[in-house]
Amino acid sequence: MSKHVINVTVNGEAHAVEVPAKRLLADFLRDDLLLTGTKRGCETGTCGACSVLIDGEVVKSCLNLAVQADGRSVTTVEGLGQGTNLHPLQTSFMEQGGLQCGYCTPGFLMAAHDLLSRNPSPSEEEIREGLSGNLCRCTGYQGIVDSVKNAAEKMHGR
Amino acid sequence: MKPSAFDYQRVARVEEAIDLLARHGEDAKILAGGQSLVAMMNYRLVEPKLLIDITGIEGLASIEEKGGFVDVGAAVTQARLMAWPALAERLPLLAKAMPHIGHFQTRSRGTVCGSIAHSDPSSELPLVLATLGGQVVLRSKRGSRTLAADDFQTGPLSTAREPDEMVVAVRFPVRQAGAGYAFDEVTQRQGDFAICSVAAVATAQEVRLGVGGVAGRPTVTRLSGAALANPDGALNAFAWELGGSDDIHATAQYRRQLVRRIGRRIIEEAQSCRS
Repeated sequence: MSKHVINVTVNGEAHAVEVPAKRLLADFLRDDLLLTGTKRGCETGTCGACSVLIDGEVVKSCLNLAVQADGRSVTTVEGLGQGTNLHPLQTSFMEQGGLQCGYCTPGFLMAAHDLLSRNPSPSEEEIREGLSGNLCRCTGYQGIVDSVKNAAEKMHGR
Repeated sequence: MKPSAFDYQRVARVEEAIDLLARHGEDAKILAGGQSLVAMMNYRLVEPKLLIDITGIEGLASIEEKGGFVDVGAAVTQARLMAWPALAERLPLLAKAMPHIGHFQTRSRGTVCGSIAHSDPSSELPLVLATLGGQVVLRSKRGSRTLAADDFQTGPLSTAREPDEMVVAVRFPVRQAGAGYAFDEVTQRQGDFAICSVAAVATAQEVRLGVGGVAGRPTVTRLSGAALANPDGALNAFAWELGGSDDIHATAQYRRQLVRRIGRRIIEEAQSCRS
Protein backbone atom coordinates (compact mmCIF):
# COMPACT_ATOMS: atom_id res chain seq x y z
CA MET A 1 0.00 0.00 0.00
CA SER A 2 1.34 3.41 -0.95
CA LYS A 3 2.11 6.08 1.67
CA HIS A 4 1.91 9.80 1.06
CA VAL A 5 3.06 12.92 2.84
CA ILE A 6 0.11 15.28 2.90
CA ASN A 7 0.21 18.99 3.61
CA VAL A 8 -3.03 20.00 5.18
CA THR A 9 -4.12 22.98 7.23
CA VAL A 10 -6.45 22.00 10.06
CA ASN A 11 -8.19 24.75 12.03
CA GLY A 12 -5.56 27.20 10.79
CA GLU A 13 -2.58 25.05 11.74
CA ALA A 14 -0.35 23.57 9.02
CA HIS A 15 0.51 19.87 9.20
CA ALA A 16 2.79 17.67 7.07
CA VAL A 17 2.02 14.06 7.93
CA GLU A 18 2.72 10.75 6.24
CA VAL A 19 -0.42 8.64 5.87
CA PRO A 20 -1.23 5.33 4.19
CA ALA A 21 -3.47 5.68 1.14
CA LYS A 22 -6.37 3.98 2.92
CA ARG A 23 -6.47 6.41 5.88
CA LEU A 24 -9.94 8.01 6.00
CA LEU A 25 -9.99 11.72 6.71
CA ALA A 26 -12.08 11.05 9.84
CA ASP A 27 -9.42 8.67 11.15
CA PHE A 28 -6.63 11.07 10.23
CA LEU A 29 -8.27 13.85 12.24
CA ARG A 30 -9.05 11.66 15.25
CA ASP A 31 -6.15 9.21 15.39
CA ASP A 32 -3.25 11.13 13.83
CA LEU A 33 -4.07 14.68 14.96
CA LEU A 34 -6.02 13.62 18.09
CA LEU A 35 -8.87 15.97 17.21
CA THR A 36 -11.57 13.75 18.64
CA GLY A 37 -14.40 16.28 18.29
CA THR A 38 -15.16 14.76 14.90
CA LYS A 39 -17.17 11.59 15.54
CA ARG A 40 -17.13 8.27 13.71
CA GLY A 41 -20.67 6.98 13.32
CA CYS A 42 -21.70 4.76 10.43
CA GLU A 43 -18.50 5.21 8.39
CA THR A 44 -20.54 4.70 5.24
CA GLY A 45 -21.81 8.22 4.58
CA THR A 46 -25.24 7.90 6.16
CA CYS A 47 -25.17 9.55 9.57
CA GLY A 48 -23.16 12.76 9.10
CA ALA A 49 -21.53 12.59 12.58
CA CYS A 50 -18.11 13.01 10.93
CA SER A 51 -19.01 16.18 8.99
CA VAL A 52 -16.17 18.69 8.64
CA LEU A 53 -15.41 21.54 6.23
CA ILE A 54 -12.90 21.22 3.40
CA ASP A 55 -12.04 24.62 1.95
CA GLY A 56 -15.23 25.92 3.58
CA GLU A 57 -17.57 23.27 2.11
CA VAL A 58 -19.17 20.64 4.32
CA VAL A 59 -18.17 17.02 3.63
CA LYS A 60 -18.44 13.65 5.36
CA SER A 61 -14.92 12.85 6.51
CA CYS A 62 -15.60 9.08 6.38
CA LEU A 63 -16.17 9.35 2.62
CA ASN A 64 -12.95 11.26 2.03
CA LEU A 65 -9.45 9.86 2.11
CA ALA A 66 -6.83 11.84 4.02
CA VAL A 67 -4.74 11.99 0.81
CA GLN A 68 -7.61 13.83 -0.90
CA ALA A 69 -7.22 16.65 1.65
CA ASP A 70 -3.63 17.28 0.53
CA GLY A 71 -3.14 20.99 -0.11
CA ARG A 72 -6.50 21.86 1.40
CA SER A 73 -7.82 23.52 4.50
CA VAL A 74 -9.95 21.51 6.93
CA THR A 75 -12.13 22.92 9.71
CA THR A 76 -13.36 20.64 12.50
CA VAL A 77 -15.65 21.43 15.43
CA GLU A 78 -12.51 22.37 17.41
CA GLY A 79 -12.06 25.20 14.92
CA LEU A 80 -15.52 26.68 15.52
CA GLY A 81 -14.94 27.83 19.07
CA GLN A 82 -12.88 26.92 22.11
CA GLY A 83 -13.39 26.82 25.87
CA THR A 84 -15.51 29.78 26.89
CA ASN A 85 -15.18 31.44 23.48
CA LEU A 86 -17.96 29.55 21.72
CA HIS A 87 -19.44 30.06 18.28
CA PRO A 88 -23.04 31.43 18.31
CA LEU A 89 -24.17 28.05 16.94
CA GLN A 90 -22.65 26.31 19.94
CA THR A 91 -24.27 28.63 22.48
CA SER A 92 -27.61 28.29 20.67
CA PHE A 93 -27.39 24.50 20.80
CA MET A 94 -26.82 24.80 24.57
CA GLU A 95 -29.65 27.27 25.13
CA GLN A 96 -32.26 25.72 22.83
CA GLY A 97 -31.82 22.05 23.73
CA GLY A 98 -30.14 21.18 20.44
CA LEU A 99 -28.59 18.06 21.91
CA GLN A 100 -29.13 15.25 24.35
CA CYS A 101 -26.36 12.65 24.23
CA GLY A 102 -24.23 14.98 22.11
CA TYR A 103 -22.64 12.39 19.82
CA CYS A 104 -24.12 13.78 16.61
CA THR A 105 -23.64 17.42 17.68
CA PRO A 106 -20.23 18.17 16.10
CA GLY A 107 -21.57 16.95 12.75
CA PHE A 108 -24.73 19.03 13.08
CA LEU A 109 -22.69 22.11 14.02
CA MET A 110 -20.53 21.77 10.91
CA ALA A 111 -23.52 21.19 8.62
CA ALA A 112 -25.32 24.16 10.21
CA HIS A 113 -22.22 26.30 9.81
CA ASP A 114 -22.10 25.44 6.10
CA LEU A 115 -25.82 26.20 5.76
CA LEU A 116 -25.56 29.62 7.44
CA SER A 117 -22.52 30.55 5.36
CA ARG A 118 -24.57 29.96 2.20
CA ASN A 119 -27.89 31.17 3.53
CA PRO A 120 -27.67 33.54 6.56
CA SER A 121 -31.44 33.59 7.21
CA PRO A 122 -32.82 30.16 6.32
CA SER A 123 -36.48 29.22 6.69
CA GLU A 124 -37.37 26.21 8.84
CA GLU A 125 -37.72 24.11 5.68
CA GLU A 126 -34.30 25.24 4.45
CA ILE A 127 -32.77 24.38 7.84
CA ARG A 128 -34.27 20.89 7.70
CA GLU A 129 -32.98 20.43 4.15
CA GLY A 130 -29.55 21.73 5.13
CA LEU A 131 -29.34 19.24 7.99
CA SER A 132 -30.83 16.31 6.08
CA GLY A 133 -27.44 14.61 5.79
CA ASN A 134 -27.19 14.28 9.58
CA LEU A 135 -28.94 11.84 11.90
CA CYS A 136 -29.85 12.42 15.54
CA ARG A 137 -31.42 9.58 17.53
CA CYS A 138 -32.26 11.62 20.66
CA THR A 139 -33.77 15.01 20.04
CA GLY A 140 -36.44 14.48 17.42
CA TYR A 141 -34.70 17.34 15.58
CA GLN A 142 -36.97 20.17 16.74
CA GLY A 143 -34.42 21.43 19.28
CA ILE A 144 -31.72 21.35 16.62
CA VAL A 145 -33.84 23.30 14.13
CA ASP A 146 -34.68 25.85 16.86
CA SER A 147 -30.97 26.16 17.71
CA VAL A 148 -29.98 26.92 14.13
CA LYS A 149 -32.80 29.42 13.76
CA ASN A 150 -31.72 31.09 17.01
CA ALA A 151 -28.08 31.20 15.93
CA ALA A 152 -29.01 32.78 12.59
CA GLU A 153 -30.92 35.50 14.46
CA LYS A 154 -28.00 36.10 16.87
CA MET A 155 -25.47 36.28 14.06
CA HIS A 156 -27.52 38.87 12.22
CA GLY A 157 -28.45 40.96 15.22
CA ARG A 158 -32.17 40.30 15.07
CA MET B 1 -16.03 -0.07 8.08
CA LYS B 2 -12.57 0.67 6.72
CA PRO B 3 -11.34 0.08 3.20
CA SER B 4 -8.84 -2.66 2.52
CA ALA B 5 -5.33 -1.64 1.49
CA PHE B 6 -4.70 -0.03 -1.89
CA ASP B 7 -2.25 2.21 -3.74
CA TYR B 8 -3.19 5.77 -4.59
CA GLN B 9 -1.96 7.79 -7.51
CA ARG B 10 -2.88 11.35 -8.39
CA VAL B 11 -2.58 12.09 -12.11
CA ALA B 12 -2.36 15.40 -13.95
CA ARG B 13 -3.39 14.24 -17.43
CA VAL B 14 -6.03 11.95 -18.92
CA GLU B 15 -3.25 10.08 -20.77
CA GLU B 16 -1.69 9.08 -17.43
CA ALA B 17 -5.02 7.84 -16.12
CA ILE B 18 -5.83 5.69 -19.16
CA ASP B 19 -2.27 4.38 -19.21
CA LEU B 20 -2.73 3.14 -15.64
CA LEU B 21 -6.16 1.70 -16.52
CA ALA B 22 -4.64 -0.15 -19.50
CA ARG B 23 -2.02 -1.69 -17.20
CA HIS B 24 -4.17 -2.48 -14.17
CA GLY B 25 -7.63 -3.07 -15.72
CA GLU B 26 -10.22 -4.19 -13.19
CA ASP B 27 -7.77 -3.86 -10.28
CA ALA B 28 -7.86 -0.09 -10.71
CA LYS B 29 -10.69 2.36 -10.02
CA ILE B 30 -11.02 5.98 -10.97
CA LEU B 31 -11.44 8.23 -7.91
CA ALA B 32 -13.18 11.55 -8.46
CA GLY B 33 -15.40 12.65 -5.57
CA GLY B 34 -15.48 9.14 -4.10
CA GLN B 35 -18.96 9.60 -2.63
CA SER B 36 -20.17 6.23 -3.92
CA LEU B 37 -16.79 4.53 -4.30
CA VAL B 38 -15.39 5.20 -0.81
CA ALA B 39 -18.69 4.09 0.79
CA MET B 40 -18.52 0.84 -1.23
CA MET B 41 -14.87 0.44 -0.23
CA ASN B 42 -15.71 1.00 3.45
CA TYR B 43 -18.31 -1.77 3.16
CA ARG B 44 -15.63 -3.79 1.30
CA LEU B 45 -18.08 -4.37 -1.52
CA VAL B 46 -15.22 -3.28 -3.79
CA GLU B 47 -11.53 -3.73 -3.01
CA PRO B 48 -9.51 -2.01 -5.72
CA LYS B 49 -5.73 -2.38 -5.67
CA LEU B 50 -5.17 1.06 -7.17
CA LEU B 51 -7.10 4.32 -6.98
CA ILE B 52 -6.39 6.83 -9.75
CA ASP B 53 -7.33 10.33 -8.54
CA ILE B 54 -8.41 12.41 -11.56
CA THR B 55 -9.58 15.52 -9.72
CA GLY B 56 -6.34 17.35 -10.54
CA ILE B 57 -6.79 16.99 -14.31
CA GLU B 58 -7.46 20.51 -15.50
CA GLY B 59 -9.16 19.53 -18.75
CA LEU B 60 -11.87 17.64 -16.86
CA ALA B 61 -13.05 20.60 -14.77
CA SER B 62 -15.19 22.33 -17.40
CA ILE B 63 -18.90 22.85 -17.97
CA GLU B 64 -19.33 23.87 -21.59
CA GLU B 65 -22.25 24.23 -23.99
CA LYS B 66 -21.54 23.17 -27.54
CA GLY B 67 -23.54 21.67 -30.41
CA GLY B 68 -26.83 21.38 -28.53
CA PHE B 69 -25.27 19.71 -25.48
CA VAL B 70 -23.83 20.83 -22.17
CA ASP B 71 -20.64 18.83 -21.69
CA VAL B 72 -19.76 18.23 -18.04
CA GLY B 73 -16.20 17.08 -17.35
CA ALA B 74 -15.38 14.18 -15.05
CA ALA B 75 -13.97 16.37 -12.28
CA VAL B 76 -17.03 18.64 -12.00
CA THR B 77 -18.80 18.22 -8.67
CA GLN B 78 -22.56 18.14 -8.33
CA ALA B 79 -22.41 21.31 -6.22
CA ARG B 80 -20.52 23.10 -9.01
CA LEU B 81 -23.03 22.13 -11.67
CA MET B 82 -25.89 23.21 -9.38
CA ALA B 83 -24.19 26.59 -9.02
CA TRP B 84 -23.67 26.94 -12.79
CA PRO B 85 -25.51 30.21 -13.56
CA ALA B 86 -27.15 28.90 -16.77
CA LEU B 87 -28.44 25.65 -15.24
CA ALA B 88 -32.14 26.54 -14.91
CA GLU B 89 -32.20 28.14 -18.35
CA ARG B 90 -30.24 25.51 -20.33
CA LEU B 91 -30.87 22.31 -18.33
CA PRO B 92 -34.21 22.80 -16.55
CA LEU B 93 -34.72 19.09 -15.81
CA LEU B 94 -31.35 18.91 -14.04
CA ALA B 95 -32.16 22.09 -12.11
CA LYS B 96 -35.31 20.37 -10.81
CA ALA B 97 -33.68 17.00 -10.08
CA MET B 98 -30.35 17.98 -8.56
CA PRO B 99 -31.61 19.26 -5.17
CA HIS B 100 -32.83 15.67 -4.58
CA ILE B 101 -29.32 14.21 -4.92
CA GLY B 102 -27.89 13.15 -1.57
CA HIS B 103 -27.04 15.98 0.79
CA PHE B 104 -24.87 19.10 0.87
CA GLN B 105 -22.05 16.95 2.31
CA THR B 106 -22.08 14.56 -0.65
CA ARG B 107 -22.85 17.05 -3.44
CA SER B 108 -19.84 19.15 -2.42
CA ARG B 109 -17.53 16.26 -3.34
CA GLY B 110 -19.54 13.87 -5.53
CA THR B 111 -19.13 14.36 -9.25
CA VAL B 112 -21.74 14.33 -11.99
CA CYS B 113 -19.82 11.81 -14.11
CA GLY B 114 -19.05 9.66 -11.07
CA SER B 115 -22.74 9.18 -10.32
CA ILE B 116 -23.40 8.20 -13.94
CA ALA B 117 -20.41 5.82 -14.01
CA HIS B 118 -21.61 4.26 -10.72
CA SER B 119 -25.01 3.66 -12.36
CA ASP B 120 -27.20 3.17 -9.33
CA PRO B 121 -30.73 2.54 -10.66
CA SER B 122 -32.15 4.80 -7.90
CA SER B 123 -29.87 7.77 -8.62
CA GLU B 124 -31.18 10.99 -10.12
CA LEU B 125 -28.41 11.83 -12.60
CA PRO B 126 -28.57 8.55 -14.58
CA LEU B 127 -32.35 9.02 -14.83
CA VAL B 128 -32.06 12.60 -16.09
CA LEU B 129 -29.38 11.60 -18.62
CA ALA B 130 -31.56 8.74 -19.92
CA THR B 131 -34.73 10.83 -20.07
CA LEU B 132 -33.03 13.65 -21.98
CA GLY B 133 -31.29 11.18 -24.32
CA GLY B 134 -27.81 12.27 -23.25
CA GLN B 135 -24.43 10.75 -23.97
CA VAL B 136 -21.37 9.44 -22.15
CA VAL B 137 -17.86 10.06 -23.50
CA LEU B 138 -15.30 7.33 -22.75
CA ARG B 139 -11.54 7.37 -23.30
CA SER B 140 -8.99 4.58 -23.34
CA LYS B 141 -5.59 4.01 -24.93
CA ARG B 142 -7.56 2.45 -27.79
CA GLY B 143 -9.29 5.74 -28.49
CA SER B 144 -12.45 7.65 -27.63
CA ARG B 145 -16.10 6.67 -28.03
CA THR B 146 -19.43 8.28 -27.25
CA LEU B 147 -22.36 6.14 -26.14
CA ALA B 148 -26.03 7.03 -25.78
CA ALA B 149 -27.13 6.88 -22.13
CA ASP B 150 -29.39 3.96 -23.02
CA ASP B 151 -26.42 1.97 -24.35
CA PHE B 152 -24.12 2.98 -21.49
CA GLN B 153 -26.38 2.13 -18.55
CA THR B 154 -26.81 -1.63 -18.80
CA GLY B 155 -28.12 -2.54 -15.33
CA PRO B 156 -27.74 -2.01 -11.58
CA LEU B 157 -24.18 -0.76 -10.93
CA SER B 158 -23.17 -1.96 -14.38
CA THR B 159 -22.34 -0.09 -17.55
CA ALA B 160 -20.86 -0.68 -20.99
CA ARG B 161 -17.53 0.79 -19.81
CA GLU B 162 -14.63 -1.57 -20.50
CA PRO B 163 -12.06 -2.00 -17.68
CA ASP B 164 -9.47 0.09 -19.57
CA GLU B 165 -11.88 2.97 -20.20
CA MET B 166 -12.71 6.03 -18.14
CA VAL B 167 -15.67 8.39 -18.36
CA VAL B 168 -14.23 11.78 -19.31
CA ALA B 169 -17.51 13.67 -19.79
CA VAL B 170 -21.26 13.36 -19.92
CA ARG B 171 -23.35 15.34 -22.40
CA PHE B 172 -26.79 16.66 -21.48
CA PRO B 173 -29.00 17.89 -24.37
CA VAL B 174 -29.95 21.54 -23.79
CA ARG B 175 -33.51 22.74 -23.33
CA GLN B 176 -35.70 22.09 -26.37
CA ALA B 177 -37.61 25.20 -27.47
CA GLY B 178 -41.18 24.97 -26.23
CA ALA B 179 -40.67 21.84 -24.13
CA GLY B 180 -41.77 21.43 -20.50
CA TYR B 181 -39.80 19.54 -17.85
CA ALA B 182 -40.79 17.97 -14.53
CA PHE B 183 -39.21 15.75 -11.89
CA ASP B 184 -40.22 14.24 -8.56
CA GLU B 185 -39.37 11.26 -6.41
CA VAL B 186 -40.42 9.41 -3.27
CA THR B 187 -37.77 8.74 -0.63
CA GLN B 188 -37.83 7.78 3.02
CA ARG B 189 -36.09 11.03 3.90
CA GLN B 190 -34.73 14.02 1.98
CA GLY B 191 -31.73 13.00 -0.11
CA ASP B 192 -32.07 9.23 0.25
CA PHE B 193 -32.00 6.93 -2.74
CA ALA B 194 -35.33 7.06 -4.56
CA ILE B 195 -37.90 4.33 -4.04
CA CYS B 196 -39.32 5.66 -7.29
CA SER B 197 -38.22 8.71 -9.27
CA VAL B 198 -39.94 10.13 -12.33
CA ALA B 199 -38.73 12.63 -14.94
CA ALA B 200 -40.62 13.93 -17.96
CA VAL B 201 -40.01 16.04 -21.06
CA ALA B 202 -43.20 17.27 -22.73
CA THR B 203 -43.23 18.60 -26.30
CA ALA B 204 -46.16 19.43 -28.56
CA GLN B 205 -46.13 15.87 -29.98
CA GLU B 206 -45.17 13.59 -27.10
CA VAL B 207 -44.00 13.08 -23.53
CA ARG B 208 -40.77 11.25 -22.79
CA LEU B 209 -41.23 9.69 -19.37
CA GLY B 210 -38.27 8.23 -17.44
CA VAL B 211 -38.54 6.16 -14.26
CA GLY B 212 -35.75 5.30 -11.82
CA GLY B 213 -35.67 3.07 -8.74
CA VAL B 214 -38.06 0.42 -10.08
CA ALA B 215 -36.31 -1.53 -12.86
CA GLY B 216 -32.58 -2.35 -12.79
CA ARG B 217 -31.76 0.80 -14.69
CA PRO B 218 -33.48 4.07 -15.57
CA THR B 219 -36.08 3.29 -18.22
CA VAL B 220 -37.72 5.70 -20.66
CA THR B 221 -41.01 5.39 -22.53
CA ARG B 222 -42.61 7.73 -25.07
CA LEU B 223 -46.28 8.61 -24.86
CA SER B 224 -48.22 10.27 -27.67
CA GLY B 225 -51.67 10.34 -29.26
CA ALA B 226 -54.35 8.31 -27.46
CA ALA B 227 -51.91 7.07 -24.79
CA LEU B 228 -51.20 10.66 -23.85
CA ALA B 229 -54.83 11.76 -23.92
CA ASN B 230 -55.60 9.16 -21.24
CA PRO B 231 -52.26 8.10 -19.77
CA ASP B 232 -53.48 5.81 -16.96
CA GLY B 233 -53.60 2.72 -19.17
CA ALA B 234 -50.17 3.40 -20.63
CA LEU B 235 -48.74 4.09 -17.15
CA ASN B 236 -50.16 0.82 -15.86
CA ALA B 237 -48.59 -1.11 -18.74
CA PHE B 238 -45.28 0.71 -18.16
CA ALA B 239 -45.39 -0.05 -14.42
CA TRP B 240 -45.77 -3.79 -15.15
CA GLU B 241 -43.02 -3.62 -17.78
CA LEU B 242 -40.67 -2.10 -15.16
CA GLY B 243 -41.64 -4.80 -12.68
CA GLY B 244 -39.58 -3.77 -9.66
CA SER B 245 -38.60 -5.93 -6.74
CA ASP B 246 -39.28 -6.13 -3.02
CA ASP B 247 -36.56 -4.85 -0.75
CA ILE B 248 -36.13 -3.39 2.74
CA HIS B 249 -37.46 0.00 1.56
CA ALA B 250 -40.58 -0.93 -0.40
CA THR B 251 -42.47 -3.68 -2.16
CA ALA B 252 -42.57 -4.07 -5.94
CA GLN B 253 -46.33 -3.44 -5.78
CA TYR B 254 -45.81 -0.11 -4.00
CA ARG B 255 -43.18 0.90 -6.55
CA ARG B 256 -45.53 0.13 -9.45
CA GLN B 257 -48.26 2.15 -7.76
CA LEU B 258 -45.85 5.09 -7.46
CA VAL B 259 -45.12 4.84 -11.21
CA ARG B 260 -48.86 5.19 -11.90
CA ARG B 261 -49.47 8.02 -9.42
CA ILE B 262 -46.30 10.12 -9.72
CA GLY B 263 -46.15 9.36 -13.44
CA ARG B 264 -49.56 10.90 -13.99
CA ARG B 265 -48.71 13.99 -11.94
CA ILE B 266 -45.33 14.52 -13.58
CA ILE B 267 -46.76 14.14 -17.10
CA GLU B 268 -49.33 16.84 -16.29
CA GLU B 269 -46.73 19.07 -14.66
CA ALA B 270 -44.36 18.81 -17.64
CA GLN B 271 -47.18 19.59 -20.05
CA SER B 272 -48.37 22.55 -18.00
CA CYS B 273 -44.91 24.17 -17.95
CA ARG B 274 -44.40 23.96 -21.72
CA SER B 275 -43.52 27.43 -22.96
